[in-house]
Amino acid sequence: MSILVNKDTRLVVQGITGKTGTFHTQQCVEYGTNVVAGVTPGKGGQMWEGKVPVCNTVAEAVKEYGANASVIYVPPAFAADSILEAIEAEIPLVICITEGVPVRDMAEVRRRLYFHNTKTRLIGPNCPGIITPGECKIGIMPGYIHKPGRVGVVSRSGTLTYEAVWQLTQRGHGQSTCIGIGGDPINGTSQLDAVRMLNEDPDTDAIIMIGEIGGSAEEEACAYIKEHVTKPVAGFIAGASAPKGRTMGHAGAIVSASGAGTAEAKFAAMEDAGVSIARNPSEIADALLKIYKG
Amino acid sequence: MNIHEYQAKRLLQEYGVPVPRGYAAQTSLEVDTAISHLSDDEMIVVKAQIHAGGRGKGTFTDGYKGGVKVVKGREAAKEAANHMLDNTLVTAQTGPEGRKVQTLYLTEGCDIEHEYYLAIVLDRETAQSVIIASTEGGMDIEEVAEKTPEKLIRVPVSPTMGLRHHQCRQVAFALGFKGDQIKQFARILTGVYKMFWEKNAMLVEINPLVTDKAGNLIALDAKVSFDGNAIFQHPEIQQLRDLNEEDPKEIEASKHNLAYIALDGNIACMVNGAGLAMATMDIIQSFGGSPANFLDVGGGANEDQVTAAFKIILSDPNVKGILVNIFGGIMKCDVIANGIVAAAKNVDITVPLVVRLEGTNVEAGKKILRESGVALTPADSLVQAAEIIVEQVKANS
Repeated sequence: MSILVNKDTRLVVQGITGKTGTFHTQQCVEYGTNVVAGVTPGKGGQMWEGKVPVCNTVAEAVKEYGANASVIYVPPAFAADSILEAIEAEIPLVICITEGVPVRDMAEVRRRLYFHNTKTRLIGPNCPGIITPGECKIGIMPGYIHKPGRVGVVSRSGTLTYEAVWQLTQRGHGQSTCIGIGGDPINGTSQLDAVRMLNEDPDTDAIIMIGEIGGSAEEEACAYIKEHVTKPVAGFIAGASAPKGRTMGHAGAIVSASGAGTAEAKFAAMEDAGVSIARNPSEIADALLKIYKG
Repeated sequence: MNIHEYQAKRLLQEYGVPVPRGYAAQTSLEVDTAISHLSDDEMIVVKAQIHAGGRGKGTFTDGYKGGVKVVKGREAAKEAANHMLDNTLVTAQTGPEGRKVQTLYLTEGCDIEHEYYLAIVLDRETAQSVIIASTEGGMDIEEVAEKTPEKLIRVPVSPTMGLRHHQCRQVAFALGFKGDQIKQFARILTGVYKMFWEKNAMLVEINPLVTDKAGNLIALDAKVSFDGNAIFQHPEIQQLRDLNEEDPKEIEASKHNLAYIALDGNIACMVNGAGLAMATMDIIQSFGGSPANFLDVGGGANEDQVTAAFKIILSDPNVKGILVNIFGGIMKCDVIANGIVAAAKNVDITVPLVVRLEGTNVEAGKKILRESGVALTPADSLVQAAEIIVEQVKANS
């Protein structure tokens, strides 16, 4: 009932021995995620918390422990290098949680992802991660607000996703997979990529897309929705009241000085694509339930 | 992060881009020294240094017109400089309150033959840098893009291949350069790209790039902004930060790892998560209120941060009410409620405070708020919270 991650996911945690890595790995293990290894260069051979083997390299985690997904909690200066290491190790899925990765680094990573027959899908950076409720949680989202079900969620914002998921769960609707694609201007997986995967997933019946001001990712996803998506889609865009030319917390959340990337334009694209629009964040689940009975 | 024109030109010069000889001055004494380096028989340009465009067409709050003056000789330059220094300049980009001019840039004049536009930006959709050039320099490039898009040259540069000679030639020919100018332009573009890449810039813009009567290319004005995420790699760029150009509240917030942006409304908000913070501002506005700020206290939102956040919010005299909106995830609502209560007791909050909590242990959190003895209104939903705070602020004004 999911895309990208499920009960067969074997996770390696890059930066497992750090404070953030340790804290969130504990949460993921508690949730039931199968964490098979960690990577901290120089600490290979140790056991994390007495239960997870630590490797020096990602390649070793793949070879010795069969890791097929990686999550990255390393500081911003080293994050791009960690992503590249995971790509070299041919891990199919890499999730980079780190916030503050230099944009130039991400331009290089994107190049590597797109033009070298790469088998890896990158999610993030600057994202909460991905969860298939009841099976596998990778990232920093609170597990217990989720519930297994058939609504797919994709979002650029962490807490806004939690709001939407919580609303769904409280109304009795579970989620197939929830993906936080992150708030940076250059990332690995776009709104369009996520919507396409959810649309093709036989276990997803409806989709929620949560966007923000800046860029044109939502417009591109809407063009695809209009042409190809028959499943009910609801959407929300944050930042209608944001001033031009100011970065609103997320590096990618900025209406340019010329007025590109406004919430208005994105809401219009949603309307045009037949997406059920929530005008405020409390109504995201209800916007979906207007067109989807479950 | 943005820098001033004179700083941008110094950097460009380091990368081999010709700029007019010039001197920065922050006091009247420094103005005298700067002027003494410039010829009394030639034109002198006096330029106000603020992080906002439209300086030439701007007006100072005392009525003096123009933040960029081209004058003949030292006496006139001195007079213009004295008008501008420590005066407040209002331009199309500063907002009505304007910006105090604390630095001037005095440069030699230039006999302009033609004005061009040249910039390199990082394009987020294609994840690569793009050269943008035009024969229509000296004006707003957005206007050129809108009215005469055929006059805009766009050449993408791969981050892994870098800028190639043929790309320099392609842009040079498209701009109509001939003979030695092609070589000059290639040197300039190579320098600009190198600087853009090495310094992790998001934008390097030369507008205008001019040819003078002798046919030489010179960068007459420059604007550079850097990727804030990469500043830690460039201490030399960090030094160029001018705190006078930033809101003191934003500077204070950055010390506490809070993402805060001052706005001009009267309802302050404190939220965890950037997306939810924006959405909270949106909902305040949709109920007829006006947000005083964007504030993301982050996922942790501990008592110290919340205390600092309250202090920053309340240092804004326009604030007539506060809306706190927290989704308790891994950090549970009862823990957050305790933090809010402790912080509120620490800080003397004199305006209405509405708190909306949602998520894990929300009932325990609300109970703590109700029984805290702190004058606040707990709200059951974000819609209700926004309604209450907008009403309370209206009733008090």
